[in-house]
Amino acid sequence: MENIPLVLIISSLVKILIIVHLLLIGVMIMIWAERRVSGWMQDRLGPNRVGPQGLLQPVADGLKFLFKEDLIPDHVDKPLYVMAPAMLLVPALVAVAVVPFGSSITVLGHEIPLQIADVNIGILYILAITSLGVYGVVLGAWASNNKYSLLGGLRSSAQMISYELTLGLGIIGILMLTGNTLSLRTIAIEQGAYPWQWNFLIHFPAFLAFTTAMFAETNRLPFDLAEAEQELVAGYHTEYSSMKFAMFFMAEYMNMIVGSAVTVTLFLGGWHFFGLENMGGPVWSGIISFGIFFVKTAIFLFVFIWVRWTLPRFRYDQLMNFGWKFLLPVALTSIVVTGTLWITTNSRLIVGIGNVVSAFIVASIVAGLLVMRTPKPAIQDSDNRLTPTALDAIE
Amino acid sequence: MNAEQILFILFGAVSLIGAIAVISFRHPIYSALSLIVTFFAQAGLFVLLGAHFVAAVQVIVYAGAIMVLFLFVIMLLNLGTLSVQGAIGRKLKGLAIILGILFAAEGIYIAVNALNDTAVASAESGAAAVTITTYDIGELLFSKYLLPFEVTSLILLAALIGVIVLVKREGQEEN
Repeated sequence: MENIPLVLIISSLVKILIIVHLLLIGVMIMIWAERRVSGWMQDRLGPNRVGPQGLLQPVADGLKFLFKEDLIPDHVDKPLYVMAPAMLLVPALVAVAVVPFGSSITVLGHEIPLQIADVNIGILYILAITSLGVYGVVLGAWASNNKYSLLGGLRSSAQMISYELTLGLGIIGILMLTGNTLSLRTIAIEQGAYPWQWNFLIHFPAFLAFTTAMFAETNRLPFDLAEAEQELVAGYHTEYSSMKFAMFFMAEYMNMIVGSAVTVTLFLGGWHFFGLENMGGPVWSGIISFGIFFVKTAIFLFVFIWVRWTLPRFRYDQLMNFGWKFLLPVALTSIVVTGTLWITTNSRLIVGIGNVVSAFIVASIVAGLLVMRTPKPAIQDSDNRLTPTALDAIE
Repeated sequence: MNAEQILFILFGAVSLIGAIAVISFRHPIYSALSLIVTFFAQAGLFVLLGAHFVAAVQVIVYAGAIMVLFLFVIMLLNLGTLSVQGAIGRKLKGLAIILGILFAAEGIYIAVNALNDTAVASAESGAAAVTITTYDIGELLFSKYLLPFEVTSLILLAALIGVIVLVKREGQEEN
């Protein structure tokens, strides 16, 4: 360990600085984009006063948060109350370390991969770190000593544990077809330059399940039951004010950015785009590949905002049914079908077709079972007579 | 002292402090959090041994899933500060002292044996160079340890079915 080359240390420090700042600036841009895009979707303007197109609005918001009184209510469990926002923010920041955001740049004869750390358990690292985010929510909720906060926190932890399973199972299909490593860089490299070689076509059902589970993990609509305003005031961050409140939101946006970057790496070909990433010299190709990755992530982030402003929130039982009875069977089938077809035919095309067909069959079966098992509304039976349940309700 | 030794001492110290904190805190939530800290430090120790996969699984399974359920239960039952008092408390204290002495004796025995054993010392110097990848573990699981692996999965399946049966029975009576 003593003879680590100086180049590695310096390049790593530079990369860490750039990526952390990109994340923080990305959060600001996301807040602006969310408000402007929602305005656009609802046929109104959104914030457009501060700076050109309202671009400096997040700066104004940030300053406002900083100057607000940092109130700590008397009834809270103080150490945990103060720690909780940080416990949510830190995993979001740390998870980005293994995401490969470009091919590589050659500087002064040294090839520098555009990734902070290429560990051979990359995807497990992401799963491990993101699974820790739930502590921030749960502890913040509990420490607030407020029943609405606690309800929000409990909902959120149950939801995160449920959807984590789908998140993990959705990846296994990819891992079976990718070499013998869990490194995100290898997964990105092994997908070819053209969109039809990318993983999202081969593992289409897994892709949908993974993306949906990620929406749930980031607590975004339609899965934001942890902060359902109509039921829980503001959920787990009801008692928070000033910068602590802002930290909860920064963590949410950071999770979105990291989640999008991971999805792009796993399913959407990473930094590949029609061979464009190989243009130019050893320096330019790296920068172009980074640009491609950036654009893909940005498009995916737009989808995040798009979904939030078009879909209504799930009811809690719908959320659990959807996660356990629908997404999980689809993800499990995808694993079995991918494994069987890959071993018997060794063709990515057949695996892709088999995945879609089997997912369709499983989805129909599950949907049929759910419809059959759902009890009919108990208020009135077929003869329009009141049933005992309905009478109970009237009393 | 090289970087690895410094990291070992750091992770070891954190894991020990966490473990002591688990039994020192009066409030179950703080105890659970200290246990998470211990799990993390142990994951760090696994990384130092080159067992990256075990480290990741340690964090995913213990810190990420099991401890969340612990917290969940503590919050749902709304457990307050625990105290060891009264007649049952005194009995528990006696049991704790006996168990503590037993564990301490075991620990000392293992430590003394390890210091005297030259095989452990020689293995230690070579261990750090080997990095066990997920590929190696998968290959071992599906060849040499196939039977234990399948038996374990059967046991887990039995547990799963047991839970479903227990939950279902109450639901059926209602209908």
